[in-house]
Amino acid sequence: MSLFNVFGIASSAMSAQSQRLNVVASNLSNADSVTSSTGEAYRGRQVVFSTLQANPNGASGVKVAGVVHDASPMRQVFEPKHPMADKNGYVTMPNVNVVDEMVNMMSASRSYQNSVDMMNTTKSLLQKTLTIGQ
Amino acid sequence: MINKLDKELNFHHHALALRVGRQELLSSNVANADTPNFKAKDIDFASALNEKLRLNSSFGKVTLNTTSPTHINAGANSVLGDNILYRIPLQPSVDGNTVDMDMERTRFADNALKYDASISFINNEFRNIMLAMQER
Repeated sequence: MSLFNVFGIASSAMSAQSQRLNVVASNLSNADSVTSSTGEAYRGRQVVFSTLQANPNGASGVKVAGVVHDASPMRQVFEPKHPMADKNGYVTMPNVNVVDEMVNMMSASRSYQNSVDMMNTTKSLLQKTLTIGQ
Repeated sequence: MINKLDKELNFHHHALALRVGRQELLSSNVANADTPNFKAKDIDFASALNEKLRLNSSFGKVTLNTTSPTHINAGANSVLGDNILYRIPLQPSVDGNTVDMDMERTRFADNALKYDASISFINNEFRNIMLAMQER
């Protein structure tokens, strides 16, 4: 029954989007983390989505191909009294753009909702299929 | 009469198989709405169904030409066969993704409704036969 494949595709999308949401949460909560276990300020992270191998019907799910570090320059804040300030009085802050992350979060949650909706539709179709001839 | 039922069911059998295949394609489009360079796919339902009814054999199997019986025939065992088309984007995006969410969701709902309709037709067909068979 290939309607079950829709469940697979929808769940792959849901797990990918939840991973994206996870990364957004990490970025937002570390938006002001000036140091870490490596001694450097937190660098923003972004997920990279890629298409899974298509099934014979040409339909394919989605997966997270990797989490990459944001290459944009770190934010420099002049704060001479800060313990992490360099000799010029600048503190290196994370390169997380809070507005970007909020937009990212909204997009991820909408996509997640879409997948849930898709699953519900498919579920009702399957249930209807089981009533054939009754 | 039974022959007529068989013919009718055969039609709906093909229609449902195509609807399921299309549902899968549309769900893959929605799932990949944020994947860079993903190209949305769909089928032309009417022409695909026509082709299925015309061939009316094993589900339009795409096979390789083999020159020796020992060759492995890697046939694509697909319901949709070679009917899958790429959607032409109305508003292409910068990352090469051609999924238009409004369009995909509308088609998804439309396809689901028509699947439902096909099932209703099958049920009605059965009901008619049952009615005809009952002696009152």
